[in-house]
Amino acid sequence: MWYYEKKLQYPVKVSRCNPTLAKYLIEQYGGADGELSAALRYLNQRYTIPDKVVGLLNDIGTEEFAHLEMIATMIYKLTKDATTEQLVAAGLGEHFVNHDHALYYQNAAGSPWTATYIQAKGDPIVFKDTKSTYLFGRCFFIFH
Amino acid sequence: MTKEKSLPESYYQLMEQIQAVDFVLVELTLYLDTHPQDLDAIKQFNQAAYESKQLKNQFEERFGPLMQYGHSYSSYPWNWKEAPWPWQV
Repeated sequence: MWYYEKKLQYPVKVSRCNPTLAKYLIEQYGGADGELSAALRYLNQRYTIPDKVVGLLNDIGTEEFAHLEMIATMIYKLTKDATTEQLVAAGLGEHFVNHDHALYYQNAAGSPWTATYIQAKGDPIVFKDTKSTYLFGRCFFIFH
Repeated sequence: MTKEKSLPESYYQLMEQIQAVDFVLVELTLYLDTHPQDLDAIKQFNQAAYESKQLKNQFEERFGPLMQYGHSYSSYPWNWKEAPWPWQV
């Protein structure tokens, strides 16, 4: 059972409109190694993983939704005041036609999220989890 | 197009204190998930949990419920649905 707490895990401060940044950041939202993939992957793995690791997967998966929310907040704040012209200039014209200012689970290239992102890719704990965490760290390194 | 309402400084200060202590709780939870025998860590966890509850009681008195489905109390009228939501802060 899940409960929601009405706060971000860490504060998100965005000082100016920047749709170009949002366009790349969306990879972390709906991309193959982004937060949605991480959350759904770990939570789905819980059912058939050894008992001693279930708690860890449960708790990490839950935390990934908190990360997802922070990414979404960044994207929302970076684009909420963008004019149509600014969105088109940032390469988000097509996105605007489909979704207006709404977020959508897609990667930076515009491909929608798919459950194929959470197919088995080798050892479920060692390979996939470290790869996603690496992407998370890399994105923050770039955008800080 | 912005729908942010302006919040007092105390909102941000109290929220940051809560986020700091909750970060400790998340990290300790993940650690204890694989180190169940660490008594010191468990004591630290419970101490931080107590502190978190204290801070949140303070926060909720002024700014309304943080949790849904009965994990926070409601005042009148029902204020769970009120702004700001976290992405509007």
